[in-house]
Amino acid sequence: MTTATDTRRPGGADDAVGGVVPGEVVRPASTEQVAEVLRAAAAAGHTVVPVGGRTKTTWAAPPTSADLLLDLTGLDRIVEHVAGDLTVVAEAGVRLADLQASVGQAGQLLGLDPPEQGATLGGVVSANASGPRRLRYGTTRDLLIGITVVLADGTVAHAGGKVVKNVAGYDLGKLFTGAHGTLGVATSTTWRLHPVPPARRVVTLDLPDVAAAGSLAIALGRSTLTPTAVELIGTAGGAGRLVVLFESIAESVSDQARSAVALLGGGTESADLPADFGARPGGADDVLLRLAFAPAALSSVLGALPAGAAVAAHAGTGVCHAAVPAGEVAAVLPALRSALAPHDGTAVVLRAPDAVRDRLDHWGPVGDALDLMRRVKDRFDPERRMSPGRFVGGL
Amino acid sequence: MTTLAENATAEPATSERTAALAERLRAAVGTERVLTDRTQVRTYECDGLANFKVTPAIVVLAESRQHVVDTVRLCSEAGVPFVARGSGTGLSGGALPRADGVLLVLSRLRSLGPVDPDNRQVTVEPGVINLWVTRDAAPHDLAYAPDPSSQLVCSIGGNVAENAGGAHCLKYGFTVNHVLGAEVVLPDGEVVHLGGRAPEHPGYDLLGAFIGSEGTLGVATELTLRLVRVPEEVQTMLVGYRSVEDAAGTVSDIIGAGILPAAVEMMDALAIEAAEAAVSCGYPEGAVAVLVIELDGPRVEVEAQFKQVEEIAQRRNAFEVRIAADAEERALMWKGRKSAFAAVGRISPSYFVQDGVIPRTKLPEVLAEMKRMADAKGLRVANVFHAGDGNLHPLVLFDDAVEGQAHEAEELAGDILELCITSGGSITGEHGVGQEKRMKMGKQFTPEDLDTMQLVRCAFDPDGIANPGKVFPTPRLCGERPGVRKGEHPVQAAGLGEVF
Ligand SMILES: Cc1cc2nc3c(=O)[nH]c(=O)nc-3n(C[C@H](O)[C@H](O)[C@H](O)COP(=O)(O)OP(=O)(O)OC[C@H]3O[C@@H](n4cnc5c(N)ncnc54)[C@H](O)[C@@H]3O)c2cc1C
Repeated sequence: MTTATDTRRPGGADDAVGGVVPGEVVRPASTEQVAEVLRAAAAAGHTVVPVGGRTKTTWAAPPTSADLLLDLTGLDRIVEHVAGDLTVVAEAGVRLADLQASVGQAGQLLGLDPPEQGATLGGVVSANASGPRRLRYGTTRDLLIGITVVLADGTVAHAGGKVVKNVAGYDLGKLFTGAHGTLGVATSTTWRLHPVPPARRVVTLDLPDVAAAGSLAIALGRSTLTPTAVELIGTAGGAGRLVVLFESIAESVSDQARSAVALLGGGTESADLPADFGARPGGADDVLLRLAFAPAALSSVLGALPAGAAVAAHAGTGVCHAAVPAGEVAAVLPALRSALAPHDGTAVVLRAPDAVRDRLDHWGPVGDALDLMRRVKDRFDPERRMSPGRFVGGL
Repeated sequence: MTTLAENATAEPATSERTAALAERLRAAVGTERVLTDRTQVRTYECDGLANFKVTPAIVVLAESRQHVVDTVRLCSEAGVPFVARGSGTGLSGGALPRADGVLLVLSRLRSLGPVDPDNRQVTVEPGVINLWVTRDAAPHDLAYAPDPSSQLVCSIGGNVAENAGGAHCLKYGFTVNHVLGAEVVLPDGEVVHLGGRAPEHPGYDLLGAFIGSEGTLGVATELTLRLVRVPEEVQTMLVGYRSVEDAAGTVSDIIGAGILPAAVEMMDALAIEAAEAAVSCGYPEGAVAVLVIELDGPRVEVEAQFKQVEEIAQRRNAFEVRIAADAEERALMWKGRKSAFAAVGRISPSYFVQDGVIPRTKLPEVLAEMKRMADAKGLRVANVFHAGDGNLHPLVLFDDAVEGQAHEAEELAGDILELCITSGGSITGEHGVGQEKRMKMGKQFTPEDLDTMQLVRCAFDPDGIANPGKVFPTPRLCGERPGVRKGEHPVQAAGLGEVF
């Protein structure tokens, strides 16, 4: 039997999270080993940063300290897939793509499609990552039905269960979703699955001005059409494309695609999705922002972005990603945040190049529940050793 | 109904503390909104689970957020517990008052809307009745999806506290999937806004933690709800079977075919008999089980899949398949199902309703085992359930007049819940743990699980005054507000953990 301790090694530049190189790296292989590692870290007063596929180590604010990098890719087992119940239990280090391939053999899918290649389930949960199909399936909070976590002191706890419907006890899965590893470590996750739709049809409409997407998305939302995704891909202040995806039985998708063309006043039908469907906009030199707002405000939000910013919006859901050149972001963010405020909107920095990362207010205003969030953090991690500094309010 | 509560009908605590609090409450929210008269407060002694009764010391009828804030703050200052109450239809004793505390009634907080059709949202006060939301949304072709059978009377605040479900949860999800934001008065009187009108916000998903917390984390004073587009087509069928296995098999085959119905509900012979006696719903004669299956969505999709479902049902030996020709016939099919709880009163003087969940694939074996357990006690169990998601509502029938039968029935109800747990399920799918099932929490969760949930409780309610004694088996103290620990960790001191 190997123990987690056997996998210890010194951290290197490749292990950096938000530019911070960890002192050591450890790769446990089970929930019990994670607990053992965290008990030891607690005893030593070490700070701990959990990571999965490391697709988001440049996301969120950098940690203020990282004595130990907890690599969860060793927890890589799909524990139980009960096709008849449309549920699956999988460890946190399982890659989303591997899970999809596995449940796909039974004609099922997990309704999450963030584009980051190599992302693990634990990382998707902790970053609350999502993609275009959130319009149909929702996000982690709608699909995660059970979770196993290890707290900062090594306590192993479960919440939820293996059944889709369950209201016994507090839903800790929701609390850990999007918490960026600041409350503890998710080691196992249980999900509700959906059947893979048998057919697909795509309608693409070119827009001379992306702002037109706002009213089109509203019109689609008020219609009886049931698209899986409505993606806007384009440039703020410039042109773009609206890609409307239908996934259902063949008769339905062809019928709906026809109706969509009529409703949108144009568009071309195809069987396949464009290559950039669901991709995050911009490149490595850009700061990637994630804007969330009351869904009908899409046009105003696009108008508030600096002209030329590449955008990819999950239209109809109130989420838009935008890429702003690193040099401009400091000037852009405050104005953008004020423009979003009337729409209950927020702008968070998802990813930033090393050069500017430390100087940004990643999360922006958090609202009147920040103190309560601090109290939650204080209960779960009183010594503030779990991914310190990565989250809102310096948590 | 019998009185089985360990605290039975408690006398109101006439302690000086509550008397002084009542005075302060009157000054803050107005004399007419504070009740202490024994006959008046007695009206609120129970919720929908009438076998637990406690007369509250004080009842406050709040009419505004400020009344809620004032009441909660004064309770906090006086160290007196409070229990929020919506419409009082809960089936787990969640709104059971405290004899030494305040019952905070929210049913007068009833402002609704306006509906925002472009965002497909509406903001409501907690006392708004569930069905009113859909009524107001209907002119915009929108609806509020969570549809508990009690939707004519239950409140949105109560729905949020219980994370209420309904027949159409199978496709649309539960209350938690349809609440975007909440204004919450924390147990010390502080007002916070969780979530909002946008789909996500930076920070912890405290809204997700609050929904389903059964009044133990604070009082919701405003809720922003997501509305869904009314589907183009709805089709409903009622299918009669001669065996429960065939009915359950139909459900599995539908799911196996990749079809996600809006609802799949099952009733067994005893439940059918009761519904027939109560509302003459005209279900297929001689049926051992019936399914109500509803599909909705775009017309071509519903038409094609409906045919497929019909074929599946035939293959599973359905002896009658009835298709609703119009909305009226659909309503009649649903009437039998939705009135089933009350209807059981027609065939039995008393009954316990349970709310266990099992993995759907275990339906036939769990139903068979349940029958065996009931037979062994000489009791009858009627089954009405959300078959699509494995949420059972076994109704354990008994007669108070028969010595000891109530006790036997309560035992059987408890055993059924344990059967659900050992089958990989849960003790509650939508009614909540409340007062009734808190002692079962220790069977579903480990002490560590419960302690971890308690961390959330302590962050929201360190003094433990919001609906104490519900949900969790033992009341816990939160201790000091945690700070940074200095020096050696106790685990290390005990030699249990090594320094790494
Ligand atoms: C015939 C019948 C059928 C039913 N069918 C269903 C069903 O299909 N699905 C289902 O889910 N339930 C069902 N129920 C149960 C019940 O209707 C639901 O639990 C409902 O959500 C309770 O709402 P209420 O307003 O009556 O809440 P109450 O019973 O008044 O309170 C329930 C809980 O909510 C808390 N609470 C109330 N308001 C607030 C607030 N504003 N802030 C914080 N906490 C609050 C209370 O403290 C209590 O813990 C049924 C009940 C009956 C009697």
